[in-house]
Amino acid sequence: MKKLLVCIKQVPDMESRFKVNTDGTWYEETDLAWRMNEYDEYAVEQAVQLKEQLGEAELTVLCIGPDRVKETIKKALAMGADRGVHMTDNESHLRDPLAIASMIADFARQQDFELIFTGMQSQDRGSAQVGVLVAELLGIPALTTLVEFAYDQGTITAKRELEGGSRALVSCSTPALVTCQLGLNRPRYPTLPNIMKAKKKELASLPVTDLKLPPAQLKTAAMAPPPKRGSARILEGDTGDVAAQLAAVIKEKM
Amino acid sequence: MKTLLIAEYREGKLLDSYTELIAFSEKLGAQASMFVVGSREQLPAFAGRLYLADVKAATEFNPAVHKQLICEVAAKEQPQMIVLPHSSYGWDLAPRLALALKAAQVSEIVDVRDGQLVVPVCNGKLQRQVDVQTELTVATLQAGAFPLKEAPAGTPEIIDLAVTGSSDLTFSGYEAAAAGEVDLGKARVIVSAGRGIGKPENLEMIKGLAKALKGEYAASRPVVDAGWADHSRQVGTTGQTVAPKLYVACGISGAIQHLAGMKKSDFVVAINSDKDAPIGEVADVLAVADLKQLVPALTEKLQA
Ligand SMILES: Cc1cc2nc3c(=O)[nH]c(=O)nc-3n(C[C@H](O)[C@H](O)[C@H](O)COP(=O)(O)OP(=O)(O)OC[C@H]3O[C@@H](n4cnc5c(N)ncnc54)[C@H](O)[C@@H]3O)c2cc1C
Ligand SMILES: Nc1ncnc2c1ncn2[C@@H]1O[C@H](COP(=O)(O)O)[C@@H](O)[C@H]1O
Repeated sequence: MKKLLVCIKQVPDMESRFKVNTDGTWYEETDLAWRMNEYDEYAVEQAVQLKEQLGEAELTVLCIGPDRVKETIKKALAMGADRGVHMTDNESHLRDPLAIASMIADFARQQDFELIFTGMQSQDRGSAQVGVLVAELLGIPALTTLVEFAYDQGTITAKRELEGGSRALVSCSTPALVTCQLGLNRPRYPTLPNIMKAKKKELASLPVTDLKLPPAQLKTAAMAPPPKRGSARILEGDTGDVAAQLAAVIKEKM
Repeated sequence: MKTLLIAEYREGKLLDSYTELIAFSEKLGAQASMFVVGSREQLPAFAGRLYLADVKAATEFNPAVHKQLICEVAAKEQPQMIVLPHSSYGWDLAPRLALALKAAQVSEIVDVRDGQLVVPVCNGKLQRQVDVQTELTVATLQAGAFPLKEAPAGTPEIIDLAVTGSSDLTFSGYEAAAAGEVDLGKARVIVSAGRGIGKPENLEMIKGLAKALKGEYAASRPVVDAGWADHSRQVGTTGQTVAPKLYVACGISGAIQHLAGMKKSDFVVAINSDKDAPIGEVADVLAVADLKQLVPALTEKLQA
């Protein structure tokens, strides 16, 4: 039976109001709504589609982070992953992409995954590094920024998205890792029966303490909102008034 | 400080982004050399050593071989920083280089502050200033963040590289973006729908406003990815670049990849329920409102 892995990250809703935490190293985590990194939804969907295509396959979903990330793992299970692995790490938000990638690679190394799926980047950190680093650490090919994916008997044929909307046609043989770009597929919504079924699926917790992590390569010297460059005139209040003011501005400009 | 700049070459052309690498390096006060997989017919205007690997041997997209070549150049040049564009080429290659060279990678740099690199966090709502602990840094630059003030000048001193090594993937060419139903480049007015429209039915009110303004409607990426609008209507790095007299962004947060496609518009109106949305950075007017109420009300006022 073929084994598949999808790596997901939990991130705050990007519409949140962000405040810098007291030691100035990250955003304040209270009062935030958490969800699955958008890019990873495409990764989960593609992995589930491949599992369905293969018929016999086991799809593991892995997420590193504090206890709250279990909710996001459960969503992936409800989308169709078979088993969840939670690497419990309260410091994950402070770690370098290389440290996160090393944890994933250590987990994947003994397990013979045919394919590993990741998002192309995380919405909060946005480093676009973890997926490629995992592949390089494991010594397997990585196809990145995919907007089309097909698998047939150990060969991946895919399209990478380029600036301007053109695509590069790429292929490689498995085992391999792919990073998923927005629009790769249409991520499914978990249905109620599948949410119920997901509750019975295995969700194992692993500690990270016994891993040999690489030393920190980056430290955060400061975090702040961007310097205000914009000079937008703000219109707010009663919708009718705003509409009237806006109409006047637009008519004047045209 | 010494930098090694990795220029990008695609479909037989040297991309202009190399000038941003030069601007960044100048901002650091660094001495730069350059690397490109390309050809002698298309050379950067650059006064420095240019390591050139022939594209016929190394192919345009071949991360394993490009990595190996750059590692060889880095061994000769001993730079403190290797700089790439944060593009589909750069973000694919950079982590491979960083791991091979035991370097830290700093992604999508937007600024340099107190001598430290600044990167966006959470869709640009926050910025993080980074303190690098390694001797070598691999840096990728956000497109447009470091414009070169004057036209680049100079003739490079070319050092040809022999290409060896093999790849673990096959690159077999390009597929052009499909021609679509509209050329947004000609529109005087564009009304653009973002994920904030909530459901496909609400695209009608965006079309209605566009019509009232005798313009075209457009969309951000999630609206196109969901299949609610044709790809030719997508504005942004992987869609169209537009510069109308009036751009009305409805329910669009203002991610950098969207802004790249519309920030040259003469006048930008944003309609957004989030007063902090990054679109406010480029908007002339930000109406803080629920677009489902405001767009129909505005359309009515304009028709009156
Ligand atoms: C390599 C790459 C290339 C990309 N290329 C493009 C591209 O070409 N074009 C592009 O657009 N994106 C592109 N993206 C995606 C980009 O990063 C963003 O994800 C995308 O632009 C977000 O679209 P949005 O603003 O519509 O959605 P969101 O970011 O989800 O924003 C929705 C906005 O709507 C507001 N809103 C919600 N409800 C309402 C309401 N009722 N009334 C008013 N406002 C409301 C919210 O406050 C929010 O600001 C690219 C990403 C990558 C990584
Ligand atoms: N904490 C994490 N746990 C599991 N996977 C992760 C984690 N962080 C990042 N990833 C994966 O790596 C991808 C790229 O993340 P990044 O390099 O942070 O932009 C994400 O889309 C995820 O698939």
